[in-house]
Amino acid sequence: MKAVITIVGQDRVGIVAMVSEILAVNSVNILNINQNILDGFFNMVMIVDMTSSKVSLKDLQQVLKGKGQELGLDIKVQHEDIFQIMHRI
Amino acid sequence: MLTIQEILETNRMIEQNNFDVRTITLGISLRDCCHSDIKIFCQNIYEKITRAGEHLVRTGEDIEAEYGIPIINKRISVTPIAIVAESCHTDTYVPVAQALDAAAKTVGVNFIGGFSALVEKGYTKGDRILIQSIPEALAQTERVCSSINLASTKAGINMDCVREMGQIIKRTAELTKDRDALGCAKLVVFANVPEDNPFMAGAFHGVGEAEKVISVGVSGPGVVKRALEEVRGQDFSAVAETIKKTAFKITRVGQLVAQEASRRMGVPFGIIDLSLAPTPAVGDSVAHILEEMGLESCGAPGTTAALAILNDAVKKGGLMASSHVGGLSGAFIPVSEDAGMIAAVERGSLTLEKLEAMTCVCSVGLDMIAVPGDTSAATISGIIADEAAIGMINNKTTAVRIIPVPGKKVGDSVEFGGLLGYSPIIPVNTFKSDDFIARGGRIPAPIRSLTN
Repeated sequence: MKAVITIVGQDRVGIVAMVSEILAVNSVNILNINQNILDGFFNMVMIVDMTSSKVSLKDLQQVLKGKGQELGLDIKVQHEDIFQIMHRI
Repeated sequence: MLTIQEILETNRMIEQNNFDVRTITLGISLRDCCHSDIKIFCQNIYEKITRAGEHLVRTGEDIEAEYGIPIINKRISVTPIAIVAESCHTDTYVPVAQALDAAAKTVGVNFIGGFSALVEKGYTKGDRILIQSIPEALAQTERVCSSINLASTKAGINMDCVREMGQIIKRTAELTKDRDALGCAKLVVFANVPEDNPFMAGAFHGVGEAEKVISVGVSGPGVVKRALEEVRGQDFSAVAETIKKTAFKITRVGQLVAQEASRRMGVPFGIIDLSLAPTPAVGDSVAHILEEMGLESCGAPGTTAALAILNDAVKKGGLMASSHVGGLSGAFIPVSEDAGMIAAVERGSLTLEKLEAMTCVCSVGLDMIAVPGDTSAATISGIIADEAAIGMINNKTTAVRIIPVPGKKVGDSVEFGGLLGYSPIIPVNTFKSDDFIARGGRIPAPIRSLTN
C-alpha cells in the first residue's frame, strides 16, 4: 500500500532528515519527494511504499503528527487511493 | 505518478473548501422483526439494529483517518415503521420510536430514519397509527427522523393526508415548543420519495432493498464555489463544464468511501447520493454558488435558472464517477442550513414563493423553513399540496420540511443548532386555503403516469 505524506510549516534545518529517519526506522520506503519553500513556508509531498512497513498507517500518522507538533509542522499521512481515485480514471 | 498539484488540490478542497463525505448510512431491513406484542417487537428491532450497526461508527472513523477525508455523519435507516409495526396490537407507535432512539444511542449514530409511512394512494391501519404517533414520538426522542410520502406521479396526491400532515406538523411544533419546534426539523413530507436516500430527515430503507445496504451521501458546495471563481465572466458552457468536473472529483471520493465501508462491514454497497448539501459554516453554501454565477443575492431574477444549471451539471458530472447513483442526487436548498440562504432571507431577496419556484429544479423541495407560529394547519397543508403537485406533475421528488415556531413572528429568528442552523422567520401568504384543504380525497394521477 502506498501513502502520501504532506508536510507544511515554518522552514527550519532538518525537517527532511527527521521525517526520513522515522520512515527508515519503520521500513517505509520513499518513492518520490517533492519539496519547495513558499514565502518562508516549507511544503513537502512524499509518496511512500508501506508494503514492508513495521507500523500501520494509523500508527505512522500518530508518530509523524506528534513529531510535527513538536517542530511546529502540520504533517498528514493519507492512503494514496483518495488522490488516485480523484485524479485518475 | 501523482503530481504535487493534484495532491495539494485534494487537500485544499478538504481543508479550505469544506469538502467532506456528509454521511455513511446503513440501511437495515426490519421485516423479520414483526410481532403482535409491541414489547417483543421493540426488543427485536433494538437487537437487530444494534447488532447490524455495531461497527458502523468505528468503520467510518477508520476510513476518515486513513484517507484524511472528514465523514461528518454515520446514520441508520430502517424499513418504514408503519409497515413492520402494523401487526402489533397497539394504538400508538411511540414505544417503537423510543426503541429506535435507544438503538441509535447505543450504536452512536446521530440520526436514525424510518419512522415513516407510504400513503400516496391511501392509508392502512399501521399508517394511521404511525402518523398520529409522530408528534409525541418526535417530542420524546432525540435522534429519530420521520417521513411521510403522500404523493407520487403514479398514484396522485392523497389530499386526506395532506390535510392531516398540516395538523401533525402544528402538533409536533406545539409539543417541542420549548426547543423552538425542533421536532418539525426531523419531519419531512414527500412526493415521489426515493427509497434509497441516505440523507436525513427523509432516509428510510425501502421495501425493495436488500437485507442491509451501505449508501453514501457526498457534499461539497464550497468546492464548487471555489472552482467557479476560476471562470468568472465566462459563458454558461464553461460554468456547466466546471461544475461537472468538480462533481466528478467529489463523487469519486464518495465512491471510494462507500466501497471501503461496504468491504469492511461486509454489507453490500447501495448507491452514492450526489448531493450538494450545505451547512451553516462559512464557505459551505449552495446560495453562494448561485451568487458566484452573477446574482447579487440568492432569490434575484435568474436564481431558478442558476439552480437548474447547478442541479443538472452536478448529476452529469457525478453520474460518471460512481457505479450506482440514487437517492436525491442534486442540490439541496435547506434555508436554515445554508449561510447564503439565511443572508438572502435577511436582506429580503429570498421569499417563500421564490423558494417554491426553485424547488421545481432543485433535488428536493422546501426545506428547513421557519414560518410564523400562527401559520394555520390548513395553510401548511396548502404549501404541502403545492409542493406535492410540483413533484407529481414534473415526475421529480419534492418535499416540505417546515417549522411553524410557536410564539415567533416575522422579524424574529430561530436557532436549531449544529447542522440544522438558524433562520429568520419567513413570511407566509396569509390568504386562506381552508376550504380547498377541507375537500380531502385524492388528486388523480396525471396523464404522464400512464407510461405503460
